Amino acid sequence: MKLRKREHGAKAIRVISLPALCFFAMAARAAWADGPEATPSIFAPASTPASNILDLSWFVLAITGGIFVSVGGLLAYAVIRYRARATDDDSEPPQIYGSTQVELAWTVIPILIVVVLFLTTARIIFAIQDAPKPQVALDVTVVGHQYWWEFRYPKLGIVTANELHVPVSTRLEPKPTFLHLLSADVDHSFWVPQLAGKTDLIPNHPNDTWIDPYHTGVYVGQCAQFCGVEHAKMLLRVYVDTPEEFDAWVKQQQRPGEQDASVAAGRHVFETEACTNCHRITGTAAAGTFGPDLTHLASRTTIASGAARNTAENLHAWIEDPDHFKPGALMPAMQLNEEQINELVAYLNTLH
Amino acid sequence: MSAIPVSPIAVPWHLPSRGRVAMLSLITGESAIFTIFVVAYIYYIGKSLWGPTPQQVLDIPIFNTICLLSSSVTIWLAEREIDRGKMRGFAAWWALTIALGAIFIVGTGIEWHKLIYADGLTIRTNLFGTTFYSLVGLHATHVVVGLIGLSLILLFTLTGHVREEHSERIQVFALYWHFVDAVWVVVFTVVYIVGR
Amino acid sequence: MADQTLPIAGTVDVTPPRRSTAMLLEWLHGWVVTVDHKRLGILYLVYGIFFLLVAGAEAIAIRIQLAWPGMHFLSPELYNEMFTMHGTTMVFLVGMTIIFGFANYLVPLMIGARDMAFPRLNAFSFWMTAFGGLLIYYSFIGGFGLYGMGAAPDVGWWAYAPLTAKAFSPGHATDYWALALIVAGFGTLGTAINVIATTLSMRCRGMTLLRMPLFVWLMLVTSGLTLITITPLTAAQIMLVIDRYLGGHFFDTQAGGSAVVWMHFFWIFGHPEVYVLVMPAFGIASEIIPVFSRKAIFGYPAMVAASVGIAFVSLGVWAHHMFTVGMTSVGNAFFVLSTMLVGIPTGIKIFNWVATIWGGKIRFATPMLFCLGFLFQFLIAGLTGIMLSVAPWNWQLHNSYFVIAHFHYVLVGAIVFNVFAGIYYWYPKVTGRMLSETLGKWHFWLFFIGFHVTFDTMHFVGFLGMPRSIYTYEPDRGWNHLNFIISMGGMIQAIAVLIFAWNLVHSYLKGKKAGNDPWDAWTLEWAVPSPPPVYNFAADPVVHSRRPLWDLKHPEDPDWKYEA
Repeated sequence: MKLRKREHGAKAIRVISLPALCFFAMAARAAWADGPEATPSIFAPASTPASNILDLSWFVLAITGGIFVSVGGLLAYAVIRYRARATDDDSEPPQIYGSTQVELAWTVIPILIVVVLFLTTARIIFAIQDAPKPQVALDVTVVGHQYWWEFRYPKLGIVTANELHVPVSTRLEPKPTFLHLLSADVDHSFWVPQLAGKTDLIPNHPNDTWIDPYHTGVYVGQCAQFCGVEHAKMLLRVYVDTPEEFDAWVKQQQRPGEQDASVAAGRHVFETEACTNCHRITGTAAAGTFGPDLTHLASRTTIASGAARNTAENLHAWIEDPDHFKPGALMPAMQLNEEQINELVAYLNTLH
Repeated sequence: MSAIPVSPIAVPWHLPSRGRVAMLSLITGESAIFTIFVVAYIYYIGKSLWGPTPQQVLDIPIFNTICLLSSSVTIWLAEREIDRGKMRGFAAWWALTIALGAIFIVGTGIEWHKLIYADGLTIRTNLFGTTFYSLVGLHATHVVVGLIGLSLILLFTLTGHVREEHSERIQVFALYWHFVDAVWVVVFTVVYIVGR
Repeated sequence: MADQTLPIAGTVDVTPPRRSTAMLLEWLHGWVVTVDHKRLGILYLVYGIFFLLVAGAEAIAIRIQLAWPGMHFLSPELYNEMFTMHGTTMVFLVGMTIIFGFANYLVPLMIGARDMAFPRLNAFSFWMTAFGGLLIYYSFIGGFGLYGMGAAPDVGWWAYAPLTAKAFSPGHATDYWALALIVAGFGTLGTAINVIATTLSMRCRGMTLLRMPLFVWLMLVTSGLTLITITPLTAAQIMLVIDRYLGGHFFDTQAGGSAVVWMHFFWIFGHPEVYVLVMPAFGIASEIIPVFSRKAIFGYPAMVAASVGIAFVSLGVWAHHMFTVGMTSVGNAFFVLSTMLVGIPTGIKIFNWVATIWGGKIRFATPMLFCLGFLFQFLIAGLTGIMLSVAPWNWQLHNSYFVIAHFHYVLVGAIVFNVFAGIYYWYPKVTGRMLSETLGKWHFWLFFIGFHVTFDTMHFVGFLGMPRSIYTYEPDRGWNHLNFIISMGGMIQAIAVLIFAWNLVHSYLKGKKAGNDPWDAWTLEWAVPSPPPVYNFAADPVVHSRRPLWDLKHPEDPDWKYEA
């Protein structure tokens, strides 16, 4: 038989060590981050569930990393050490059929590892999933809709969309937020990686989860269960406010919709066109529930579930043709003329 | 020619019958299908949002059940006859099996007719209707397939194509029929006893 | 053709009759009506490789769309169709057909039989599977009837309810998906039954169960597993069809039906399905690694026991796909434990393969390179699998690109690598010609590099919070460069696969003649000519050990002296 001199094994080691290095470098860099980031990295937690998970992750990474280095090392060593060489004769190597002791050893060691991993994991499962709900907790009901989020604060009488406001929770003044997850149509999943793991929103199957963010700022996430055409643009923003900011926000949201006489024309368009079938603005005839509540639309940073910034131009473009930002969104193009759209945008911009 | 180690030594070498192995495999697979339907039925017991409920409309099909279960006995008697080479006895028991199976199917048809026209329960009425017609219908489909097979064999027996040496194949086919009967025991328990 | 003929060498003319005018038609007709396990095996493999190219092209389209944020290469609808069809095709039309292609071709040869137990059922099963594949691809034309051409299924290959309900998926695309999989499922069931009957009832003299080659063992276990995992999918699909066509309420959440029940039924199929696909790949590795290490497989009984063990444990782990669905903490903990337990028999297998290499004289031919790639990648896939089994971490990683990376490590890094290894290894037996080693090495290294560029990087975008199934992403998320790298890796893999396809064609015409036993191997298929005659063995072989050809080549030191 023909023998090969080249050492494929050594080459393979160089190729494989690169991603491993990258991995630890990136993980370490991300772990130093503090507070909200544009990148929703699971290595930059800002809430107890997420940070408990990260601690567990490091432990699991250490164990699996150890296994990788030892088994991968054995494999690499075997491949290099036992390669056929040009100097070999044609004889076959000694045939070994097995060894009970060795096989017993490599059965028992993995069993021990599994026991350790399981016990650690189970502890965190119970700690997060069965955490008692304190009296001070804020309740929010999250309803998933095809391509947008509805947030209801039952005790505060607030309904809003796509941008969740919660108070910061500190060690001295814990104020966790408990989320009750429902769906109006298909399956969705609530995922803000820096705050907690994801939990699904399933019709006819209510779920619960909780967060207690300890840094203020905006945390991004998005729907994590495929829900249809515009699943990709079902974005999610969580604003973690100081207690004062949050109280101010609550007061503002509890007010009925703004009644500005200067934009009465726009309000008339809103109330007489089909907008009212789906949208709600308290204090007006609009009481639809199929689309987002617009009572305080102007107080939000984004429109179309985060697909665009909330500017007059974007709002104009969105009303004219929703498919421009979100092809497949369930909001129809209303076929309004330019003047109507301008009046409507002017009105919507007053809804602080 | 190839260098295969061929040895003339006559070591005793027994392998299981491939027909039997295949039929048992098929039965295993079919059991998994039925398990899923049975689990769905049990899970949805009492979850219908509106009526009619099983208590209101289901009658226990005792006569049907007796017929189907006794067909397992008659087919076993038929197997015994062909094993002994008695083709006439075989044909008689086999025909009785078909008759009992046919009674079962007709009985199911009468039951469904009553449910649909008297009680207004269809597959789209509620969860009970959906799961009931699916599970019982899946079983009935198997009975119909079995009856077609049984009838073909009877036909070939009467024309003299099925003979004593086909005893093994007859037994393999009979396994399927026994399976259909055994499934009915489960379906019966779940639908008419547990679910009612 | 009768299913059991015993031709005697020399009396059977296997050369096709040469009639110039109707030759092509006759040749085609011969393939269509064949019941020969070798021809059906080739049909399965050709069919599988064809769809591998199709689904690969879909993957490339997906990667072009994701190469940069805000790309307009695919519309959202088309993107969703692409990933649905990519997944469905790869699992049902590529994975299943290729493994059953190998099984069809090799199992009878390896156990010294002249054909499968039921040759006509075999042909029937193949054509059912083939028809299922055509049916699902027909949806590109017929999905919305004449009114809207080009509407393939777009609900994901997992097809979670209630997105599949008429209300959310109008048209017929979802129906094509369900019906095609039911049809293909019956084909698969037929083949599984056939493989079981063949391995149990068709073995040659002396081929006891514990002397069967590991590939045969793994196909037996796989087929057994197929019986009880494909059928739940068929059942669930029947329910879906009842919902969609007859107005049933199985998964109708408006009428009290449950979306979660679909998830359970789907994953009761879906998880063991991974093992259905990967175990034949284990089987291929267990044939190739010993031959190119020049050693007997280490711990054969342990390998068999571990395979059976994996099959059993795999039936109790499905809900680890559902940690985010909101099960109780005890339920979550149970599935954590059962999932971690899979790691034990899997670990045993990896250790046994390493021990087989240990002390050998490794020849780095292309099949062995792919197997070594498999060992390395499967180790990582197993470890990321452990990470995913840790339920709390799974709440973060589930449905992120980390999961995509993990299962592609299994499906590509382990299964596809071994399939390539198997093709390089057995191609000489099937065609009588060697595949080019030069092209093979290019194929291996490009594919290996492309694979790692793509799928190693995917783990990191997952860590950074990128969910799966999205047709585009926000430019400020920090995912841009990583996605670009992933897409580049995809291109490298595509080039490698094209080299492979060229190698298949080129070597068929111009390859080096192989002879009976080009790899100096030990199992029965290498004792017959390449390609083997229709009847396989001129006389029924008799075996005395697991490596009959080793015994023949080393009469002074035969295996049966050492095997317990």
